[in-house]
Amino acid sequence: MADTLLEIRDLKIEATVYPPGEKPQDIVIVDGVSLALEKGKVLGLIGESGAGKSTIGLSAMSYGRGGVRLTGGDILLNGREIRRARGSALRALRGHEVTYVAQSAAAAFNPAKRLMEQVIETSLWHGVASRAEAEARAVALFAKLGLPDPETFGQRYPHQVSGGQLQRAMTAMALCPEPDLVIFDEPTTALDVTTQIDVLAAIKEAIRDTGVAALYITHDLAVVAQVSDDIMVLRNGKTVEYGPVDQIINHPQEDYTRALVSVRSMEHPEKTDEAESVLTVDHVTARYRGTHFDVLKDVTVSLQPGHTLAVVGESGSGKSTLARAITGLLPPTKGAIHFAGRTLSPALAQRTKDDLRELQMIYQMADVAMNPRQTVGTIIGRPLEFYFGLRGEAKRKRVQELLDQIEMGEGYIDRYPAELSGGQKQRVCIARALAAKPKLIICDEVTSALDPLVADGILKLLLNLQEQQNVAYLFITHDLATVRAIADSIAVMYQGEVVRYGPKASVLSPPFDDYTDLLLSSVPEMRIGWLEEVIAHRKMESAGH
Amino acid sequence: MRIPLAALIGLFFTALFFLTAIFAPWIAPYGMAEVVSRDIWAPSSAEFLLGTDNLGRDLLSRMIYGGRTTIFIATAATILSFTTGSVLGFLAAVVGGWVDQVLSRFVDLLMSIPSLIFALVVLSVMPVTVPVLIVVMGLLDSTRVYRLARAVAVDINVMDYVEAAKLRGEGRGWIIFREILPNALSPLVAEMGLRFIFMVLFVSTLSFLGLGVQPPMADWGGLVKENADGIVYGIGAALYPAIAIATLAISVNLVADWVLNRTTSLKGGRGG
Repeated sequence: MADTLLEIRDLKIEATVYPPGEKPQDIVIVDGVSLALEKGKVLGLIGESGAGKSTIGLSAMSYGRGGVRLTGGDILLNGREIRRARGSALRALRGHEVTYVAQSAAAAFNPAKRLMEQVIETSLWHGVASRAEAEARAVALFAKLGLPDPETFGQRYPHQVSGGQLQRAMTAMALCPEPDLVIFDEPTTALDVTTQIDVLAAIKEAIRDTGVAALYITHDLAVVAQVSDDIMVLRNGKTVEYGPVDQIINHPQEDYTRALVSVRSMEHPEKTDEAESVLTVDHVTARYRGTHFDVLKDVTVSLQPGHTLAVVGESGSGKSTLARAITGLLPPTKGAIHFAGRTLSPALAQRTKDDLRELQMIYQMADVAMNPRQTVGTIIGRPLEFYFGLRGEAKRKRVQELLDQIEMGEGYIDRYPAELSGGQKQRVCIARALAAKPKLIICDEVTSALDPLVADGILKLLLNLQEQQNVAYLFITHDLATVRAIADSIAVMYQGEVVRYGPKASVLSPPFDDYTDLLLSSVPEMRIGWLEEVIAHRKMESAGH
Repeated sequence: MRIPLAALIGLFFTALFFLTAIFAPWIAPYGMAEVVSRDIWAPSSAEFLLGTDNLGRDLLSRMIYGGRTTIFIATAATILSFTTGSVLGFLAAVVGGWVDQVLSRFVDLLMSIPSLIFALVVLSVMPVTVPVLIVVMGLLDSTRVYRLARAVAVDINVMDYVEAAKLRGEGRGWIIFREILPNALSPLVAEMGLRFIFMVLFVSTLSFLGLGVQPPMADWGGLVKENADGIVYGIGAALYPAIAIATLAISVNLVADWVLNRTTSLKGGRGG
């Protein structure tokens, strides 16, 4: 095994947790994980939150985040044991032999310094290159990563470039000292799907050309399938399955891996029955106070009872603003909103109690959508009390019924949100919306913050509830797999306008407009070689034009 | 749960002072203004534990009654300043717009004048009674509470759960008292201890300057003033009330620190 770069044997990682009101406890967060990485290869680490993937990734530079300790096993880098290394040995290693690309480039760059300063900083510090050499190297990397004007790109400040460009600049920073190993920690998770594909392609190409080895950490199996040679599936700090990409994607052995592979394959037949629509957004234009451009431009969509309209677009496309206009938080400057046979007043304060009751909302971050000082019983019970005047035993009984409907059962009514898991929190938010017996629920990215398997559970629950209660959903999302799973009709938004709108089947079938084509083809597919196909296809198209 | 030693000491002295204040008439060996000796500034003896004061009254008894006055005024003024300050602060954060502007600029105006000077001016034209003292001190100090309450509430007001309550059609009362207040409580409670100490120092300063509690009523600041002349003759009677003020200030501070640590600590505390 002459060309083994990194070998981890029986790694054990512990952390100290501080449960409120109790003594601090040591818990094991990674247990008995072993892996080996050859030079120039890419290993994907995949798992849901809490699986220990980032912790294992960082252990490759013998680092533990606040309170995390590497307590057992061996980490061999280039044949050296580094778990027990201290001080100068670690400083020589980090930022030189092993470098790191973080998830949020916007938070990782110093906003007060130019990009070039930061990209070449570690190379200068480690003395691997003179300033002129390092700058030349950085410019070459900018060009390789497809950044605009590579010669002058480094002169800009972080806020002057886009999120995708910043992520690529961080990749350049990691590659600049010519490391043996780069740790990519969810480098594309925070990006829009159309940007993600560019960054992904750039990273893949840079890895191939520089011959560097990489640990690629993500929760998205479809992404990791594009860049990795091997994949390790992790759950609760233990290895579930470890093998070549082909085995994991095409012939998974474990149930958990199979579940992950099939996670995006939910299908939902589109409903076609015609009925009086419950919601009509009629030529709505809106802008925020004190600004001079419209964030919604002449938007017209409608939705029938018991149907789901998915509003798709990337960040800044105006999809959440549409929700704010419908709920009355942002009164439109032009146009009208018709709901359940009446025209809603533009501003929230003028709406009747029934208007408010029949139009409910579920948020992306269930964590902050529930008051942390109220119990589940209060959170779900309040709409019952407020709209229907239920009190005491009757209210409690109805809350329990709602909890049963969201498949949570007994024993949750007196708990606080902090005592629930991410998926359970979102379920409680759904129950709170259902408690009002609404005709329409606006779901704003309700599954984006959840792990894929949990998100699937939430989508199935929403579909069941729709069937039982004939409630309509306005489903805001950037994730097209979710759209396929739940929508009856789709509105694609781009820069405040609806660029494509209609029944699901027709929106998702050709001929496409340019933007929808770009959006649809950018969604990673659970298939090896997908990335190359798309990139090759796009190159051909642009050559043909 | 383990209470750190510093907090234990703080709790002990705070409790001691408050209990003494509450049960003063039963604890004090003599009456508040009772002249019990012909000797002024007599040294401590079995009869008069801390000696006598400038008029031959028992110093220990005056200290105990004085603590009662000081602590009562400070507590009442703190409660007044917290109720006014936090309700107005929450209101400004939730309503926003011109209500926020008017309230905030008025508070800026009050804060631009040093509160001691302001209090001295007001008290020199008003009759100096205990209720007047409490109202003046409470209202002046409520500007600081207003600032904190408004800042905390502005942060909470943009949380999705508050938006959810607004979309439900809840009134301002529910939003302020049920959504915002419980989540703003821990920073406010910790601040309460610090404001209380300021009140103790404030009322003591006013009394020392002669515009606070009026004789023959005893309070710690006034006791320092009455007995300050003795220092020239090497008599330490003025030091006892001064030490009492310092001890109370430090012990309440220790408790407040501990509360703040427990509620907002990065490791393990309940956080926000």
